[in-house]
Amino acid sequence: MNASTLVRLSLRSILRNRMRSLLTSLGIIIGVCSVIVMVAIGEGSQVSIRENIASMGTNLIMVTPPRGQNAANRLVIEDAEKVRREGVYVGAASGVVRSAATVVGGIGNWQTTVYGVEPDYLRIKEWNTGEGDFFTERDVAVRAKKAVIGATVAKQLFPDDNPIGKQFRIAKTPFEITGVLEAKGSNAMGSDQDDIVMVPLSTAIGRLRRSKYLQSIEISAVSEERMDEAQSEIEAILREAHRLGPEADNDFNVMNQAQIIEMASSIAKTLTVLLGAIAGVSLFVGGIGIMNIMLVSVTERTREIGIRLSVGARRRDILRQFLTESVVLSLSGGLIGIILALAFAALLESALGLRAIVSPLFILVSAGFAAAVGIFFGYYPAHKASAMNPIDALRAD
Amino acid sequence: MPVIELRGIKRHYSLGEVTVRALDGVDVDIEKTEFVAIMGASGSGKSTLMNLIGCLDVPTEGSYILDGLDTSGATDDGLAEIRNKKIGFVFQGFNLLQKTTALENVELPLLYDRGGGGRDAAKKAKAALERVGLGDRLHHIPNQLSGGQQQRVAIARALVTRPAIIIADEPTGNLDTEMSRGIMTLFRELNESGITIVMVTHEEDIAAWAKRKIILRDGLIIRELRQDAGGAA
Repeated sequence: MNASTLVRLSLRSILRNRMRSLLTSLGIIIGVCSVIVMVAIGEGSQVSIRENIASMGTNLIMVTPPRGQNAANRLVIEDAEKVRREGVYVGAASGVVRSAATVVGGIGNWQTTVYGVEPDYLRIKEWNTGEGDFFTERDVAVRAKKAVIGATVAKQLFPDDNPIGKQFRIAKTPFEITGVLEAKGSNAMGSDQDDIVMVPLSTAIGRLRRSKYLQSIEISAVSEERMDEAQSEIEAILREAHRLGPEADNDFNVMNQAQIIEMASSIAKTLTVLLGAIAGVSLFVGGIGIMNIMLVSVTERTREIGIRLSVGARRRDILRQFLTESVVLSLSGGLIGIILALAFAALLESALGLRAIVSPLFILVSAGFAAAVGIFFGYYPAHKASAMNPIDALRAD
Repeated sequence: MPVIELRGIKRHYSLGEVTVRALDGVDVDIEKTEFVAIMGASGSGKSTLMNLIGCLDVPTEGSYILDGLDTSGATDDGLAEIRNKKIGFVFQGFNLLQKTTALENVELPLLYDRGGGGRDAAKKAKAALERVGLGDRLHHIPNQLSGGQQQRVAIARALVTRPAIIIADEPTGNLDTEMSRGIMTLFRELNESGITIVMVTHEEDIAAWAKRKIILRDGLIIRELRQDAGGAA
């Protein structure tokens, strides 16, 4: 019996019990669909994170407190200055502090994030003021109460006026608005980058925060080729600034953009694997459903098996017949699952704005996996069918 | 040369500590174009003998040569091939595939023929159905056919591979007298056209259609007689 006859035979017997076949393959349909959707969401968030970090600036190097030990933070404004002054491979550097704050002025108030930064910050972020001016080194030196606001903040507080030259308050301290940043729009993760207020770093530390320590120093290396040199140079400068002996560990953490991306996407990767594995369990359960129904089917069709054996079917012909049937069942469930998953992924993207990336390779892999489930869970029932004694099988009811 | 040559056939089953001697030393020769009825009460061993002749079972002891081919030592696959090429079965309960047309039922043995016999399966199946008088019922499924017609489909399925023998197990057991006569008439016609038939039955009037009777009791042949085929049924 050739392959096309076998497949035709399987389809016929599957269609003979439509409802049963549908319910049986439902497990596979749901399993395949959820595996693909979960992995697509995982992949999507990985790409989002990567793009998000890539958009943070060019040739970015970031100095942060040692990982997981914010209490051990010793980064101060002088460190940022020393890096900027002494680093040969450093193009620009800025200490950064951020805090959430309510700003009041114009027509009302607005909850936003206030960044304390230095004039180099705009260069690192490849950003510009759209109107007015950014604050200067001098403003930082004298702790000037000047602020540059993002387009969203400008729109919220001064929808009809030009905000430049206006006064507003950040946590009760009055500031003068000297500029409005160019609108940047949302980042890859969907958060609004224009919902921001920037003030001189020294002002933020002196008037808005209780701690003198920086949350990070952001640095732009002179070129992409000099990233490594810049990184080790920064490390040396900071070790000297913190007076660390040759044996002492760094009390800070230097990461370049690639390392930041890797760290962030490793979290997303773990999540993807976890989600995929949970969905994989449902595929496994679906396979058990197939085995169950195939066992029932073999028992019901004992007489048919006897007839086939009596007209000269070999045991392997019977094995192949039932195996083909379970593979066709699981594979068609898999195909329906793939179609559903594509529809579902498209729906998630359009309705929820989630990023879901279904790779063609993964579609192939899951189709193959569905077929493998059919073989694995179909083998035992098929073997049982093929091992029947023809005389007993012919006598069955 | 006989088409069936059984020598010292024994078939013993062990049921726990008891050994059942279903056949206990049977010698039979059946020539080509014979029409043989195997008779006996239930438990006489006639079903066991039929299963052995049909290569559905293998003897515990003894040799069986079918159409010049020694079947002893044949593997499972070998027995399947013998059933496919040399033997056609007709059962009491018809044993047709349900929800499958007459034509496809008759094609079935050809689909398992690995030697090219499957070519023109539909054509051969149609010819076989015409031969049993069902040329106008090709696409009917068993439910749409009478018992007699279903048995004719089964006979067509047995004929389609041009086997060396046809084995019929109580072929009229599920049929009324009228239909039985029709089936037996068909068997006689087939036999007269040169087909060897071995039939198992416990009914005297059905056995009367055969040319030779073999009577079994307790696993042994107790009597054999040749007769002019009657047809009293």
